[in-house]
Amino acid sequence: MLKKLKKAALARSLWIYHVAASPCNNCDIEILDLLTPRFDVERFGLLLAASPRHADLLLVTGMVNKKVLDRVLRVYAQIPKPCVVAAVGSCAISGDLFVDSYNFAGPLDKHIPVDVYIGGCPPKPEAMILGVMRAIEKLKKLKDL
Amino acid sequence: MAALERKVIPIGPFHPLQEEAEYFKLTVEGEKVVGLDIQLGYMHRGHEKICEGKTYDQIPFVVERICGICSTSHPFACVQAIEDAAGIEIPPRAAYIRTIVGELERIHSHLLWVGLAGHFLGYNTVWMWAWKYRESVLEISELITGNRNHYAMFKPGGVRRDIEGGMIPPLLQVLDDADKKILMLTKAVLDDPVLHKRLEGVGVLTPEMAVEYSVVGPTARASGLAIDVRKDDPHAAYDWIEWEEIVLHEGDVFAKAKVRLLECLESTKIIRQCVQKLKDLPEGEIDAHMERGPDGEGIGRYEAPRGEVFHYVKGDGSLYPSRYKIRAPSSMNIKSNEVAVLGGSVADAAITLAAVDPCYCCTERIAAFNTKGKLLYTWDDLVKLSQEKTARMGGGS
Repeated sequence: MLKKLKKAALARSLWIYHVAASPCNNCDIEILDLLTPRFDVERFGLLLAASPRHADLLLVTGMVNKKVLDRVLRVYAQIPKPCVVAAVGSCAISGDLFVDSYNFAGPLDKHIPVDVYIGGCPPKPEAMILGVMRAIEKLKKLKDL
Repeated sequence: MAALERKVIPIGPFHPLQEEAEYFKLTVEGEKVVGLDIQLGYMHRGHEKICEGKTYDQIPFVVERICGICSTSHPFACVQAIEDAAGIEIPPRAAYIRTIVGELERIHSHLLWVGLAGHFLGYNTVWMWAWKYRESVLEISELITGNRNHYAMFKPGGVRRDIEGGMIPPLLQVLDDADKKILMLTKAVLDDPVLHKRLEGVGVLTPEMAVEYSVVGPTARASGLAIDVRKDDPHAAYDWIEWEEIVLHEGDVFAKAKVRLLECLESTKIIRQCVQKLKDLPEGEIDAHMERGPDGEGIGRYEAPRGEVFHYVKGDGSLYPSRYKIRAPSSMNIKSNEVAVLGGSVADAAITLAAVDPCYCCTERIAAFNTKGKLLYTWDDLVKLSQEKTARMGGGS
């Protein structure tokens, strides 16, 4: 009973924490765009959280560089588990054209487990909504809450 | 009165207030801000080095990804630098198309700032409105260039895609709508007594300080400095059309907001004239082909929404540049925060820090990224600055 409630509560209204791990800003602006009237993801109960400790979904954008990596790991450690991590944009997924950069610390999934990959440079807001929906599905399927 | 205890408020690196990762240390005495320490370097990606490993045709794609908001300004300056080095003249149609795309970007960038400023002040309605109107500009950009941001329109020698006849009526429609909405927003901002109270006299950057800190763009133009690359060093189609440079003298956050809103209206004016001129030029003549890599140096400047972008390229006749250098506007503007924020209250700090429209993605190309943030000023300098400011305001001691 409690488990069911927990699951419903978690999957019904995801709180998002957004980490800009050395992006070009574009994915970040598109994420903010999601909250504005045209796309309005708040209708799915999604809200931007002010602290990682309140978040269920971590959105990471950008190619993770060496300086920011430590902070990303710390933010991830602060999020109550279970949580879903989404890599937004080609940079977070693979490094994109920054693979050759001397400051590139490797793709995001090398450092923290990633559940959803949202590709594109930048991903269209529609793609991001789809990705978040996938994340919710994934949370619903989790057995060991 | 007993001296208040000095406290440090850390803002960042990840803070709900900010889009990007940057780290401000505000030092406060009670409510009053007496010090600011800016630590950057969370966004360093090594663009200049990557550029040296790419061909001239590929470089616009790389510099485009310096910043998602100024994603036309950087390629604009970049292709100009390459053309300057190679000595290429671009066809007039390409010049007009470049101007149109550049100005579309300016409208959406300024609207974005107005929205965020509203958000920082607690006017979420302004945020939602501004971003709603911005959406139509993004859509027309998608129609013209194929993407909402990162347009990939520019190449050395011209542009990659033409603006066809069918695209013009929807473009004009969007401009008409944008004009109405921006006017409405401007009036709403200028008439609001609370916004007047909240923004007037806040975060003032005097003309002397503006010169001292070499600020550029709307930050400078709000402080009475008439600096605009589009007027001072005209390129593309800017000297073939009529438009005005917006200069205000107050230097406070209110003036910065006003400059941006009025510039949006100028931008729609510029685009309309360009579209008019496009009709007389034959379709398809958009590319003066660059046969081989330049041998020599070249510079390119463009007035990005935040100020002057400067690109330098040095070629040795091969396909790859031997040196690429970029200077973005925010690297000057951010430092001016140090004087703008001092002496104000903590409550005003957020909007003051945001008023220069800082773009850290653009800025962080400094080599000292791994020293865990460079201290720009020592504590004593800040105290001195703060005292100077107090003295200027007629108080102190």
